[in-house]
Amino acid sequence: MPRINKDQRSLISLTLNDEAVSGYAEPRMLLSDFLRHELGATGTHVGCEHGVCGACTVRLDGKAVRSCLTLAVQVQGRNIATVEGLADHDGTLSPLQQAFRECFALQCGFCTPGILMTISEFLEQRADPSDAEIRNALSGNICRCSDYNAIVAAVKQTVRQVKSVKL
Amino acid sequence: MKPPAFDYVRAESVQEAVQILAAHGEDARVLAGGQSLMPMLNMRLLHPSVVVDIGSIDALDYVRVDGDDVEIGAAVTQAELRKRPECHQHLPLLAKALPHIGHWQTRNRGTICGSLAHADPSSELPLCLAVMEGSVVLESQSGRRVVKADDFQTGMLSTAKREDEMIVAARFPKARPGSGHGFSEFARRHGDFAIVAVAALADGSNISVAVGGIADRPAVLTFDNTDAADEILNRFAWSLGGIDDIHATAKLRRKLVRTLGKQTIEDALACRA
Repeated sequence: MPRINKDQRSLISLTLNDEAVSGYAEPRMLLSDFLRHELGATGTHVGCEHGVCGACTVRLDGKAVRSCLTLAVQVQGRNIATVEGLADHDGTLSPLQQAFRECFALQCGFCTPGILMTISEFLEQRADPSDAEIRNALSGNICRCSDYNAIVAAVKQTVRQVKSVKL
Repeated sequence: MKPPAFDYVRAESVQEAVQILAAHGEDARVLAGGQSLMPMLNMRLLHPSVVVDIGSIDALDYVRVDGDDVEIGAAVTQAELRKRPECHQHLPLLAKALPHIGHWQTRNRGTICGSLAHADPSSELPLCLAVMEGSVVLESQSGRRVVKADDFQTGMLSTAKREDEMIVAARFPKARPGSGHGFSEFARRHGDFAIVAVAALADGSNISVAVGGIADRPAVLTFDNTDAADEILNRFAWSLGGIDDIHATAKLRRKLVRTLGKQTIEDALACRA
């Protein structure tokens, strides 16, 4: 069985936003820190580091998860999607991102990457969600400066604009 | 904060995992979904010398109907169970309780058995296991044993699991035909730890009601006189020994047992098939 000693940095290879990448991590390194410090993917933000605020939400094999509650060594060979992968390569925003811009669904933007990654999975599972379902899905993401109503409006605008395309 | 340093072992079988537990005792911690263990590590409440990751043991990733029980392997997440037909068909109480656990993102990783192992007095799954009179399957190098819910959770974050054992599965009894179920909880925000959570089962004239969030473990009361439910719930509320803290007063907790308790029992009676 593979065993990694506490001060041993092991090579972690994974797919990040459809690209093969790799970096080194000791066992205790959180996925959130691995993404930011080892891979330079600083779009994922780090807030509370105990799973409450949702800022660090990424998608692991398609599922929205807390990257601060996941170890880098656990994602060996897995597929990670972060906010950097949402827009097209030419910078064109995804419909969800565009809706956030148009609805003023962010102010400082610290919580936004986590919310976008949560909602991108949510809308794949619920094509036509109710307001209550949207608010329920957002309950795991804390925003302190903006307006949840604007965020809900942005999600609803996205639902209206696209049905089952890449969010 | 960041976790303290530890060795990491990715176990490929239960045998490998229990071998590590036997060698390290309480210095070893089992990591499945990590939604309870990782916050404890990040807050430096635990300092294990080795973390045993059981998340890639395929043999623990199953939901199986076995006689009167549904057995759920230790790798099954809360989100996964909710999607399984066995859950909706045989475990309607769990189908109702699962969405209350944490958030969308934590249910995607958090496991059924991990929540039972963590044994938080306010959490939903130990409450459901208690009211349903389910059990957990523990394994160590010396073999397997099955422990009933009432014997398993011994107090706040404490269980009868020995340090050389791990939970390999949980067994929830199938809902009996004609029985009803109810679940509700009160928290400041959805996904917060419940201030009071209530699960109820109605089977024939018997009502079982379980309360979490007040005592140091789920408290279960069974009675058959629904006409006296108000008085029975009031006595139950006082018996739990709730205290004032920053989240709620003891008085509010007692009130919640009476009101949420009544509502949850009514829900259980109303949905009897």
